[in-house]
Amino acid sequence: MKSSKSIFRIVVGAYLALFFAYMFLPLIFMTIIAFNANEVPQITPWKGFTFMWFGELAKDEQMWKALLNSFIVAFSVVAISVPIGLGGALLLTRLQFKARDFVYGVLVSPILTPGIILGISTFLFWDSYMNVPGGLWTAILGQATFITSYCMLLIMSRAQRFDLTQEEAAFDLGASHRQVFWKITLPFLRPALISSVALAFMQSFDNYNTTLFAIGVEQTLPIYIGTKLRSFISPAMNALAVVFIALTIIGAITYEYRRRRELIKIR
Amino acid sequence: MRDFWKNALRDLGKIGVAYIIITVGIWLVFMILIPQLIMFDYSLRPMLALRDIGGPKDVWTLKNYIVFFTNKLHMAIFFKTIWSSFIVTLVALAICYPIAFYLAKVVRGGKVGLLMLGLIIPYWINELLRLFAWQLILADSGILNQLLILLGIIVDPINFRAGNGAVILGMTYAYILFMVFPIYNVMESLDRNQLDAARDLGASWLRIHRRIVMPHAKPGIAVGCTMTFMLAAGTVAAPQLLGSPSSFWFTQVINTNFECANWNQGAAYATVLMLLCMIFMFIMLKIFKVGLKELTQ
Repeated sequence: MKSSKSIFRIVVGAYLALFFAYMFLPLIFMTIIAFNANEVPQITPWKGFTFMWFGELAKDEQMWKALLNSFIVAFSVVAISVPIGLGGALLLTRLQFKARDFVYGVLVSPILTPGIILGISTFLFWDSYMNVPGGLWTAILGQATFITSYCMLLIMSRAQRFDLTQEEAAFDLGASHRQVFWKITLPFLRPALISSVALAFMQSFDNYNTTLFAIGVEQTLPIYIGTKLRSFISPAMNALAVVFIALTIIGAITYEYRRRRELIKIR
Repeated sequence: MRDFWKNALRDLGKIGVAYIIITVGIWLVFMILIPQLIMFDYSLRPMLALRDIGGPKDVWTLKNYIVFFTNKLHMAIFFKTIWSSFIVTLVALAICYPIAFYLAKVVRGGKVGLLMLGLIIPYWINELLRLFAWQLILADSGILNQLLILLGIIVDPINFRAGNGAVILGMTYAYILFMVFPIYNVMESLDRNQLDAARDLGASWLRIHRRIVMPHAKPGIAVGCTMTFMLAAGTVAAPQLLGSPSSFWFTQVINTNFECANWNQGAAYATVLMLLCMIFMFIMLKIFKVGLKELTQ
């Protein structure tokens, strides 16, 4: 019995090790190459340790412009998605109506739709019916269509745990709707709102498929990366990848830390 | 209906109700419904010169769809997209189910946090960069070829990017984690006592999974499969970065249509892709007998 248990342990351990190697080795290779002085992005032959590709990247004006666009788009998406997501969450958690399940289905459908469809439909609508050619604005709206659904789900999951008697008590004591919202409802939803700001920002910053079809000739950072990777690949792209990975790690750790702290609070 | 408004106004006030109606209204009408309908409308109209738009030639027609169903090459590409996405989904499920179960029900304590972080970090890294990593591995002078040559297995580098293998490999890598988290989330809510009880009564681990864990994890499996399939079928990045120039994918065909300014044809192809993903989702809901509501919890 004991030996079969230890065999099981070894198998599980090996499986996990393989899985995480599969997840991380490609990223590690990509990182190492960023520091190789070789002009072709590969590990061997190793021509010495260098930071030159980061310098090369920093000199690329197109990259800076794309980065700026990415920030503009991401902040706009946050500004659209979080308030609307809040509205959707209030609608679905606070109001009782017959078509509720149907409305819920429609509001989450953008998550289950392929990203390119959202990009195409947003582009067609604004270009031909509103006379707004593809650009940052259409990219923002295309992304916000599905990112709002994520924000709504995130806010809903907290709103569902809201104790309504708190509001009733406040009303009984003569509070107005405005007071109840600002003093009770909003503070309760605050952690979920902050998480949805972070989520919306990261989702927007990373988005490629929707943006590609909606943005016209403009570029966000992922579009810039996509264009570069399809033409001539320079290790400067590896340098960019290293920056992205470093930021992602910091972001993921903070996000996870916050989420955990919130979970502990609930329990 | 009157009660609904009375209750709504009592609970949320005038401003609150107005806020909900305006925000959700804008989102629902101008961002979800109208763009979709317009795309569908586009797909039903012929491509016309600017002066003919609105004229007698501008009528609804199934021409764009007929072009698709009679184009053998495009049909073949479409079927390739279906079976490849299917393979990606199955492989992801097979790999992720044990990982999710291990994380949710076997491992305890501080190790969970560390392993979760190990999943979240690659999950958050940009899709393009994850595919780029495989571009580097599979290149002619890439890591895999160099390794095989070093080991003496091959003499000349293999062109891994010919054919469809590289794209499928890349898609699996890029979207596999969309399978882990939904399954993990539902498994976490499974009561450990149920597993212990079944084990004490002598059930084999296979039986425990078949009778207890899997039925409980059904909604998560359905979400994971739907998401993975949708992402694989809808990705334009994976074929762009890893595909060979001689073998196109469906999303690339759509893209080419738009680049050639044939928006109507492109819209028809996009509609077909969306229908495919919807059909897959409804099959998943039927197989696993879950509702749309459980799907997105």
